[in-house]
Amino acid sequence: MTVAVDPSPAFAEFAHPERLVTTQWLEDHLGDDGLVVVESDEDVLLYEIGHIPGSVKVDWHTELNDPVLRDYVDGAGFSSLLSAKGIRRDDTVVIYGDKNNWWAAYALWVFSLFGHEDVRLLDGGRDAWIAEGRAITTDATTRPATEYPVVVRDDSELRAYRDDVLAHLGKPLIDVRSPEEYTGERTTAPAYPEEGALRAGHIPTAQNVPWGRAVAEDGRFRSRAELDAIYRDEAGIGDASDVVAYCRIGERSSHTWFALHHLIGIERVRNYDGSWTEWGSLVRVPIVTGAAAGQVPA
Amino acid sequence: MSDAVPSSLAEVRDEFLEVPEAERLQLLLEFANELPEMPARYADHPERTERVAECQSPVFIVLEIGEDGLVAMQASAPPEAPTTRGFASILTKAITGLTPDEVLAIPGDYPQTIGLTRAVSPLRIAGMTGMLMRAKRQIAALTAS
Repeated sequence: MTVAVDPSPAFAEFAHPERLVTTQWLEDHLGDDGLVVVESDEDVLLYEIGHIPGSVKVDWHTELNDPVLRDYVDGAGFSSLLSAKGIRRDDTVVIYGDKNNWWAAYALWVFSLFGHEDVRLLDGGRDAWIAEGRAITTDATTRPATEYPVVVRDDSELRAYRDDVLAHLGKPLIDVRSPEEYTGERTTAPAYPEEGALRAGHIPTAQNVPWGRAVAEDGRFRSRAELDAIYRDEAGIGDASDVVAYCRIGERSSHTWFALHHLIGIERVRNYDGSWTEWGSLVRVPIVTGAAAGQVPA
Repeated sequence: MSDAVPSSLAEVRDEFLEVPEAERLQLLLEFANELPEMPARYADHPERTERVAECQSPVFIVLEIGEDGLVAMQASAPPEAPTTRGFASILTKAITGLTPDEVLAIPGDYPQTIGLTRAVSPLRIAGMTGMLMRAKRQIAALTAS
């Protein structure tokens, strides 16, 4: 059973307003049957120092990733994870997290690979909830285990592999990293550790639209008009575009994927989760350095 | 696993290894909560400390050798980065009171031996390794001069 959508006028202009909830809506609906709140953070211990009452933690490193392959868990793994968390296939899942919902958006994207139908983001994430003085607890959440079905993960619609990206060159490609990473001055986000890319720069023809442009000062998504100005007017993306977004490991680009797909309604958007940590280490793939997007290699 | 680590580090390691994997995060959180405040002479002067670039949050460490010839390590990390605070707390607690030679002899793979790699992920453990390496480098610089 799913829960009614947040009718907030703040979301009315978005292509899929049902994908966002406000902090007030969530507070009003905590405990509703059919609603499960999930916290997903960069820091694996943040949930333990205080979380939204009744929420469960899903960690991207230790739970959504396969422990051996560089890949996500498979259908059986996702089924046992969500069953243990007490999530049913038809539950409404609201995800929130730290860092402007980077990891929350990433988790939402992974849930979407498994076709979990009703999965939403808390606009503003963990910081907005806490800044507004809403309830936080360190009490452990116990939910009765469920029997989440084994669903085959479908990567074809939402995920791009490196060969897909090579074949995609010439179509819209959005590099959501910082300008320093894009030009090739560095391979990691400022203040982030090196994560093993051997070369710096960007994929030819990719436009640099740093992920953070999609959010306002308060960490909430910008308005429809502002997002349209950035992605449609400036970056030239239209309804018919076939878009691939990438970053360093796919988390910041999940955030942009969410904005493009759910907020401004671009149908075909894929996240290249291999991102720079794969592309920057591949042998003989084309790379461009500097501020210019560059050309499709002949 | 090497037994060559100083007893303070071995104790922390054993403390983690003695609890089931699922409870190790809770133990790490206890360490995080016990990280002492940076003394004012450093808290007010972050330029006298070293940023640990391997950590994803702003973490600063500083090591000194006291008049007694023993090492003291201080660290700061924000409350919204409890994992990093936990790593910093383990190292400051275990390194403070060692001799410079003991610090320099700490095996670089110590962070991988405390049973947290699976619980927090190898990528996150790399932050602790970076912190240890920088701590050792500071002691090497202090003893060289």
